[in-house]
Amino acid sequence: MAFFEGSKMTAGYGDGPNIINSCTIKVDRGEIVAILGPNGAGKSTAMKTLLGLLNLKSGKVLIDGNDITNLSPQDRVKKGISFVPQSRNVFAELTVKENLEIGAFLRSDNIEKILNEIYDLFPILSEKQSQIVGELSGGQRQQVALGRALMIKPSVLMLDEPTAGVSPIVMDELFEHIIKVKKTNVAIIMVEQNAKQALSVSDRGYVLVTGENKFEGSGKDLLNDPEVRRSFLGA
Amino acid sequence: MEFINAIILLLNYTIIPALTYGSQLALGAIFVTLVYGILRFANFATGDMMSFGTMIAVLLTFYFQSLGISFGFLPTALLTIPFAIIGMIFYMLFIDKFVFSYYRIKKSPPVQLAMVSVGVMFVTQAIIRIIIGPFDRRFFDGEKFILKATEFKEMTGLNEGLTIKSTQAITILVTIVLVSIMFWFLNRTKTGTSMRAYSDNEDLALLSGIDPKRVVLITWIIAGVLATIGGVLYGLDKSYRPFVYFNNMLPIFAAAIVGGIGNPFGAFLGGYVIAFAEILVTYAYKKFFTYILPDFLEPDSLIQLLSTDYKFAVSFSILVIVLLFRPSGIFKGKTL
Repeated sequence: MAFFEGSKMTAGYGDGPNIINSCTIKVDRGEIVAILGPNGAGKSTAMKTLLGLLNLKSGKVLIDGNDITNLSPQDRVKKGISFVPQSRNVFAELTVKENLEIGAFLRSDNIEKILNEIYDLFPILSEKQSQIVGELSGGQRQQVALGRALMIKPSVLMLDEPTAGVSPIVMDELFEHIIKVKKTNVAIIMVEQNAKQALSVSDRGYVLVTGENKFEGSGKDLLNDPEVRRSFLGA
Repeated sequence: MEFINAIILLLNYTIIPALTYGSQLALGAIFVTLVYGILRFANFATGDMMSFGTMIAVLLTFYFQSLGISFGFLPTALLTIPFAIIGMIFYMLFIDKFVFSYYRIKKSPPVQLAMVSVGVMFVTQAIIRIIIGPFDRRFFDGEKFILKATEFKEMTGLNEGLTIKSTQAITILVTIVLVSIMFWFLNRTKTGTSMRAYSDNEDLALLSGIDPKRVVLITWIIAGVLATIGGVLYGLDKSYRPFVYFNNMLPIFAAAIVGGIGNPFGAFLGGYVIAFAEILVTYAYKKFFTYILPDFLEPDSLIQLLSTDYKFAVSFSILVIVLLFRPSGIFKGKTL
């Protein structure tokens, strides 16, 4: 039994066709799981369903053994599930520190301690704490987005294409940060386009095709699987 | 001496009135900008909402006067403001619940909400006419002047007198205090930060656990405070006539847009920009030039750029110029 799991999820937008079909995704604490697949495979949809932005037609979402299938996204945040969207994932007109404070909006205790932990994890944020986020570089913004999501001390962190639109150097740096986050005993699920790099930092991966689990296994196995390589990794 | 007289003249007829009028516009403009930034529509009912709040204060003032309650040398209306604010907030929340919230939940485009607010404007106007009528009402009482022209002349021996009406002093003081509290709230408190976050990126605010209902509620509460106080200060300084409040919407919107719509501090400064422009352009400078120019250059005409009847043309021109050349407002700074 995994810490966080969406089992046999079937969902679609409105009355439209099902985008994901009986799709299962599991993640444990201290583990990075990558969801990969071609365009339109339902990667982001699977993640939105785990977050509760989309209603399930069948299947369940469980955290630590508790059924949260019927909770709204806000209530799931209270359960410790944090999400970093692909775009517009920071408050561009607020300062770095205010972004982090909003991330801790649901916490009523003193946030100084956790704020310092985030600054230790992302030293650049401490340096730029009173700067408006809209004036930061793309990589720095992604760090703000990660920091904001970590402020509630989540047990599950979901990242929707964290490296979309950043340079290769920044991408490596971001993956390093994500591994650092993993070491704080957080379960991480990420949807990625940069499949090779994502698999090389992931413990496990799922490959979705037309909304169904096609392959799954450890990052290394998937990287070495000839069929996966041929169809998704382009080599 | 001539020069000092000229300065006093300007101070008395342009600067002090413009500071007063500017404060009144600033409060309205912050109201517009706040609703625009957080609820995401241009509220055309702004003028009439201010009128509604003032109406409650006027009626309560008459009631208090009939009971013999007064506020010493200060206007009785100041005592009624807290009650008027409560009434105003209830009215706004009532409108929000039965009108605006429907379109907000449906995620209607801002234009549609703006049109809905035109409807709210007509209904509010009608309610005001039914309750208090369209007539001009004076509800000022208490000491009228802090400094009278004759006293000033005796004190200084100048030809020109400087008058400071108590309503002018009250307006400027109350505005400074109110606006300071509001900016402190928006920038320094957790709730204020959450409102700015909601205005900046609604989806992410929801994902961070910010309750949209609470943000909307607090927005209307602040809007109610601003509308009522702004309206009462204007009414005390001039007089209360519902139609004038409707007309004031043009300078108020101009102020909000000059300041960069969605930017409260810009709206605050924008109020003064519009007020100074209106008053400086429509003031007759004849006497001023008589003081500062040598005798043989004395002007024959009034030296008035524009008749006061056209004062709205000034705000309208500024609005057009700003929209053409600096559509995001002339002041740099954070939007809400």
